[in-house]
Amino acid sequence: MTNTSQRRLARCFEKAQQSGSDRSKMIVPYITAGDPDTDTTLALMNTLVDAGADIIELGIPFSDPMADGPVVQAACERALAGGTTLNDVLDVVAAFRKINDHTPIVLMGYMNPVETMGYEAFAQKASASGVDGLLTVDLPPEEAADLVAQVDAVGIDSIFLLSPTSPDDRIKAVCEYASGYIYYVSLKGVTGAANLDTVEVSKKVAHIKSITDIPVAVGFGIRDAESAAAVASAADAIVVGSALVSIVEHHANDAATMHEKLRSLVGSMRAAVDKIAS
Amino acid sequence: MNKPVYEFDGKVSEQFPDGSGHFGIYGGSFIAETLMDPVRELQEAYQRYRLDNEFIAEFEWELKNFVGRPNPLYHAKRWSEEHGGAQVYLKREDLNHTGAHKINNTVGQSLLARRMGKKRIIAETGAGQHGVATATVCARWGMECIVYMGAEDIQRQAPNVFRMKLLGAKVVPVTSGSRTLKDALNEAMRDWVGNVDDTFYIIGTAAGPHPYPTMVRDFNSVIGKEIKAQSVEHTGRLPDAVIACVGGGSNAIGAFHPFLDDEEVALYGIEAGGHGIETGKHAAPLTAGKPGVLHGNRTYLMEDNAGQIIETHSVSAGLDYPGVGPEHSWLKDIGRVQYDAATDDEALEATHKLCRLEGIIPALESSHALAYAIKLAPTMRTDQNIVVNLSGRGDKDINTLATLEGLTL
Repeated sequence: MTNTSQRRLARCFEKAQQSGSDRSKMIVPYITAGDPDTDTTLALMNTLVDAGADIIELGIPFSDPMADGPVVQAACERALAGGTTLNDVLDVVAAFRKINDHTPIVLMGYMNPVETMGYEAFAQKASASGVDGLLTVDLPPEEAADLVAQVDAVGIDSIFLLSPTSPDDRIKAVCEYASGYIYYVSLKGVTGAANLDTVEVSKKVAHIKSITDIPVAVGFGIRDAESAAAVASAADAIVVGSALVSIVEHHANDAATMHEKLRSLVGSMRAAVDKIAS
Repeated sequence: MNKPVYEFDGKVSEQFPDGSGHFGIYGGSFIAETLMDPVRELQEAYQRYRLDNEFIAEFEWELKNFVGRPNPLYHAKRWSEEHGGAQVYLKREDLNHTGAHKINNTVGQSLLARRMGKKRIIAETGAGQHGVATATVCARWGMECIVYMGAEDIQRQAPNVFRMKLLGAKVVPVTSGSRTLKDALNEAMRDWVGNVDDTFYIIGTAAGPHPYPTMVRDFNSVIGKEIKAQSVEHTGRLPDAVIACVGGGSNAIGAFHPFLDDEEVALYGIEAGGHGIETGKHAAPLTAGKPGVLHGNRTYLMEDNAGQIIETHSVSAGLDYPGVGPEHSWLKDIGRVQYDAATDDEALEATHKLCRLEGIIPALESSHALAYAIKLAPTMRTDQNIVVNLSGRGDKDINTLATLEGLTL
């Protein structure tokens, strides 16, 4: 690994962990890029930061999102119907970077669009656009060596998933490749599922943190301030996706309402999480 | 032949895949973390039982007594005379219980599921043949069975939907994406990720994460093993060529694999050419696609320039899939198997010819292999032999055929 301390994600978590930080727990909203178009995505990213987001996960739309529930699947379909490509997603990040140089951006998606672009071409363009991390859901560490090396060389962190089914040897294997943060999948299921058990999550996250120093974010099934706060007590960061994407789905025709509802949900999570932290 | 021919080959099957399921650059395990541990559990179970004499004996018993193997290798004499050149033999997978080769694999995987203590079975299906074969073994073992099927395919394949229901399976319509086989596979994966503790996913084709491509190949290799023995019995030697249709490629890899080391046997895999490769409306990733990652493995795919999977077209629902088993991708690259495509029209012509010349109604999938035999045989001598794997029977397709003639049954 190259020196990661200069990277945005590392700076972000380091700052959070300093004593006296007013934001010791990170909030990481996810939206699908290009849903319903890339201009909307760029505007929403700014709103998310205003509402209290520390890091943004930006979904790369894919035709076959096998790990996603119906809400994100539908978002992918809307984005693809508008013709959004991986190149377009990188352009959105570049546009965001012109107005925001501090909020880390993590791209989340599936392997095939990255394979098609080519690892090296992707790494070059993603780095030039200001991408900080890459999470490819269908890329376990066993298959990841080449891609991790390419993106690491240009200063981009590789985010990996851990799940309730990951035994210790897999946790260690993932930690070998992971940088930035580890994304703990809080439940056995797809994004947006409803069976979140916060007690189990806290136990498992504590266990992971006993094995690695890499920050741990938790996602899947966090939908409101209450679940965000419950999970944040054990984790370094919480990820909220389907609940936000659902707002985009229902209010895309009314930009003011869409932005207001997103601001309100993320804001309520921010308040609840900061209360836990203090 | 008294005994079904089934044994795990110790040569080629030991070379590929490697320990983590790669065939050259293809294959592997491209799945979300939650599935990695269940997949590893499956790898370990399969690795153990594939060499277990009791397991092999039970599998052979089921193939003989429940499936009805060995099925014949049939010399299609009138067909051969009609087209000239090489003699054409048909491997009669259509005579298996449930009417296709798919049952070979569902018997094997269900036996594995029983040994692993899994009580809930899920499957995806396109034309419905794999769904029926899965529902059949689940009924036989008293297991819960849930089959995911694209809403589009449910419309096209109503008789198979009802067969599954008769057998006690729950058929779940999939309305996401293109509402066909690939989306059914996505939905089955989503079910699995949410039910990993008690659920066994019986994948129907030689694709998916390791060990599925290898496991599905091995359970279907009984096809090629029988062809070998029966060809020697009929003609005193191995065939000069074997032809099989390729969608995901399970019948083809089962027919080809035992011949990989026999260089004198030419192997031909025939994809769905749809309206013609040049129209873009087809399902022929090996012929006209490029490598990518989908459904747990790296393989040739039908995709656009941005890496999105594109919709396929074939008159045969069973070949209507944008990917292909990773071992086929490797066999294409090393040149051991020649891959080509037959169009809808060529397959339909072959269907009608086989009906009238031999009294056999072939599945539209298998007709793609027959269509290639029509081209290949005249280029060969009359003392040479071609085996066409007749992977399934065409009863399921009569509505499709009737509709094409403007009839409603």
